Amino acid sequence: MKNDLKTASKSELEQLSGGDMLVRSLQAEGVEYVFGYPGGAVLHIYDALFRQDVIKHFLVRHEQAATHMADGYARATGRPGVVLVTSGPGATNAITGIATAYMDSIPMVVISGQVQSHLIGTDSFQETDMVGISRPIVKHSFLVKRAVDIPETIKKAFYLANSGRPGPVVVDIPKDITNPADLHPFEHPEAVSIRSYNPVTRGHSGQIKKAVTMLLAAERPMIYSGGGVIQGEGSGLLTALVKRLGYPITSTLMGLGAFPSTDPQFLGMLGMHGTVEANNAMHHCDVLLAVGARFDDRVTNTISKFCPYAKIVHIDVDPTSISKNVAVDVPIVGPVISVLTEMLGLIDLETKAQGEHNAKHLADWWAQIEGWRGQDCLAYESDANVIKPQQAVQAVYQATGGGAYVSSDVGQHQMFAALYYPFDWPRQWINSGGLGTMGFGLPAAMGVQVAFPDAQVVCITGEGSIQMNIQELSTCRQYELPVKIININNRALGMVRQWQDMQYEGRHSHSYMDSIPDFKALAEAYGHVGIKITKPEELLPGLEAAFALKDQLVFVDIEVDPNEHVYPMHVAPNGSMRDMWLKKGIRT
Amino acid sequence: MRRIISILLENEAGALSRVIGLFAQRNYNIESLTVAPTDDVSLSRLTLTTSASDVEVEQITKQLNKLIEVVKLADLTDGEHVERELMLLKVKASGAQRAEVKRVADIFRGQIIDVTASTYAIQLSGTTEKLDAFINALSESVVLEVVRTGVTGLSRGEKVLAL
Repeated sequence: MKNDLKTASKSELEQLSGGDMLVRSLQAEGVEYVFGYPGGAVLHIYDALFRQDVIKHFLVRHEQAATHMADGYARATGRPGVVLVTSGPGATNAITGIATAYMDSIPMVVISGQVQSHLIGTDSFQETDMVGISRPIVKHSFLVKRAVDIPETIKKAFYLANSGRPGPVVVDIPKDITNPADLHPFEHPEAVSIRSYNPVTRGHSGQIKKAVTMLLAAERPMIYSGGGVIQGEGSGLLTALVKRLGYPITSTLMGLGAFPSTDPQFLGMLGMHGTVEANNAMHHCDVLLAVGARFDDRVTNTISKFCPYAKIVHIDVDPTSISKNVAVDVPIVGPVISVLTEMLGLIDLETKAQGEHNAKHLADWWAQIEGWRGQDCLAYESDANVIKPQQAVQAVYQATGGGAYVSSDVGQHQMFAALYYPFDWPRQWINSGGLGTMGFGLPAAMGVQVAFPDAQVVCITGEGSIQMNIQELSTCRQYELPVKIININNRALGMVRQWQDMQYEGRHSHSYMDSIPDFKALAEAYGHVGIKITKPEELLPGLEAAFALKDQLVFVDIEVDPNEHVYPMHVAPNGSMRDMWLKKGIRT
Repeated sequence: MRRIISILLENEAGALSRVIGLFAQRNYNIESLTVAPTDDVSLSRLTLTTSASDVEVEQITKQLNKLIEVVKLADLTDGEHVERELMLLKVKASGAQRAEVKRVADIFRGQIIDVTASTYAIQLSGTTEKLDAFINALSESVVLEVVRTGVTGLSRGEKVLAL
């Protein structure tokens, strides 16, 4: 009887094919955009996409770019980016982008076509074990075995991608599952729960209390924030906390923008290419509050010499981040929003009780920090005849009034962008920090532009990185994405060359670019505007002209000094955080 | 230090490969591994032994817990526990060796589960040390084949690893 009822209600449900179910499930998740590339195994799905107009699909020129576009969209909006690729090479081309998202905890759902179920395991045409290949670089993955499982699987994929510590989720769907000839009752679940997955919703109150007591008793406090603050939407609360305490704050590469960079309490980025004031304050502090940061090797320098005087409080939503690289004194596992809210409440209570306890210590500490800041470690020598890369980034800041979304690729220009373009709001700075993926910048900027069509979106890149996904200029033309590409062109793989200068006695093994294209002509060939700038006096006017072309993609090729290095730079190996190269041949 | 980690895992295709992949990916070692469905068919129980410091084992258990299909886990070596391993051996059993092998198997409470004119198959269970000791007690020339299940175990007392 019960079974009959169930069958009766099922029969009233809409009958859909797997392909249509997938598209309807994506719609139900509120997906606006899908970034992808068709192929045999996903043709049924593409047909389902064709027959609807809720979701807009962006056709890239290479699947890696689809993942970076989805990634850029996700970083700028906080919503999961969605990718659709075919089996085999479509899937493997997506791998670099999935790994990029995984390392930076970016929510993403990647739908890959798979060969028909009966062909799996037979080395059939365009077959690859996508679930297997992507396993170490996904938060989770699914191989869908039945069409009726599609709605729940999609619901789970979005839930996993965007909760706890976010990350990419792969859904691999064999072609036969999406066959338009096979209809099944469609029901998209309202909610889903996974018994083995329960991300923490708040931190341990006792630990939070301990942390607050420790922070308020500090004589040389320091706050170190990371990408988790941005991902966890904790920027406002963090800013309130830092303002309330009057403490200095630094940020990782991934966390830039969570606290306004133009605020005097901000000491600049820390780490391998961090500022003298940030790295010294880290080294000398007695209490360190780490929020949503993971003590990456690009931050700590030699672990045994890291923060030798500090008691460390660490807030992170992911328990595995805690005491992974550096043992901490007060671990707090929880979302930044709830933990920081609770901390702010306690700070108000405690400080009222004990008055302004350590104003004298704090004043001394700030005096010491201002001494480091006074060294002006980011100063560089300009030259009337050649553009310095730092100067190029500063001119971009000036031309955009600091109000652009900035994506970058990977290398010297990335560090220059991080150091010389102060970011004042979260999600403004879009870069591949963890994996360090060259080729990320342009497609990521395109994803941002898709999310915010009217925003100013800049991709700061180099002639090495841009050529790793330059084919996307064609996608930009098709969808009229007016990204501004700032090519910091030093005719060499700058960061590789810098290391070769510093550690390999200047032997520039394969770090030259011997035949660089005429980027202006190349941009024009794709139907865009190209500008070449070679002289310092042309820099600002050229950029202003480029940004004035609001509706067009402009490729600004800036010829810069090829000999410039990024400083400061940690002395390695065996250096502490305060051991830095300040200029060529000059160290702390 | 040797650790025995016991895991309740969703009994789903691909779940085991995630556990094994994690160990390879993060440069942890697996010394033995045993896995089978439990009385609740939706769950598998997986027991693995690894050698790791306290800091490493904390990271290993946290990383394992992070896998979506890991429902629950316990480090059995954290407390009192019982552990067993099952071993089957095929040994030469001819001439004077035939009686000697039988005698040693009896001492270790092994059972002879297959007999031919020239061989015995012996079943033995116990701790890893006991099984090692048995192999050592037999002369090397006698042992033809050894198969061991790897360690499985339970915590002592009322502590339970279940849903």
